[in-house]
Amino acid sequence: MSPQFSDYALVVAAVLFALGLFGVLARRNVVYVLISVEVMLNAAGLAFISAGSKLGQPDGQVMFIFILTLAAAEASVGLALVIQFYRAYKTLDTDSARELKD
Amino acid sequence: MVTVLFFVAGALAIVSTALAVTRPNAVHALLYLIVAILSLSVLFYLLGAPFAAALEVIVYAGAIVVLLLFVVMMLNLSHQSVAEERTLLKPSIWIGPGILAAVLLGALIALLSNGAPAGGDSIEGPAAVGTALFRPYLVGVEIASFLLISGVVGAYHLGRRLKEPRP
Repeated sequence: MSPQFSDYALVVAAVLFALGLFGVLARRNVVYVLISVEVMLNAAGLAFISAGSKLGQPDGQVMFIFILTLAAAEASVGLALVIQFYRAYKTLDTDSARELKD
Repeated sequence: MVTVLFFVAGALAIVSTALAVTRPNAVHALLYLIVAILSLSVLFYLLGAPFAAALEVIVYAGAIVVLLLFVVMMLNLSHQSVAEERTLLKPSIWIGPGILAAVLLGALIALLSNGAPAGGDSIEGPAAVGTALFRPYLVGVEIASFLLISGVVGAYHLGRRLKEPRP
C-alpha cells in the first residue's frame, strides 16, 4: 500500500481544477460554464479529502460535505438563472448578454 | 493492486473531465461528467473516505447532474427534431462514456473481489465524520442549512415567469 496516495490525489485535483478553469474561460455556453464550475468544486473537494487523508483527520470530509452543500445551492440558483437567460435571449451564448456594456 | 486502481481511477477522472468540458453536445458532456464523478468517488474510497465516496455518488451524480440534465433537456439545446432524436441511440453517442464506465467497473470488481479495504494513509469512517460534523462544526452545519434555504427561495424567485417579456 503506497503511503503517498494523497500526494498524487492532490496532483489529480490540480489537473481537474485547471480543466474546470479552462472550461469556464473557453466555453461560451452558459450550461458548460456551470458544468465547469461543478468540476472546479469537485476538484476542491478532492483536495480537501486528500489533505484530510494525509493528516488522518475527519475535517477534510466535513469540508467536503460543506462543498457539496455549496455545489447543490449553486446548481439550483445557477440553473434558475440559465432558464431566465434562455427566456430573455432565446440563446445560451454568454456573449449575447452584453446590454450592460453597450 | 490498490495502487494500480488508484492510478486507473485518477486517469479516468482526468480524461472524462477533459471530455466533459470540450464536448459540443451538452448531454454527452453530462454523461462524461457522471463518469468523472464516479471515478472521483473511487478515488475518495481509496483515500480512506468511504462516507464521502457514498455522498459523491448520491448527491453529485444522483442530484446535481440530474438537475443539470433536466434543464438541458427542458431547453432542448441540441435543437434536434423527432427524426434526429432517433440518432441519439446510435452507438457512437454512448460508446465513449460506455468504455470509460466499463474500465471503472472492471477496477471496482477487481477491488471488491480482492477484498481490499479502503487504502490511503488513514481511514476515517462515517462515525468520525459525524462526530466532527456535529460537535466542532455545528455552526457550519447551521450556516449550510441557511445557504440551502436561501438557495431554494432564490431558485424559486429567479425561475418564475416574468410578467412582461424583456425588450
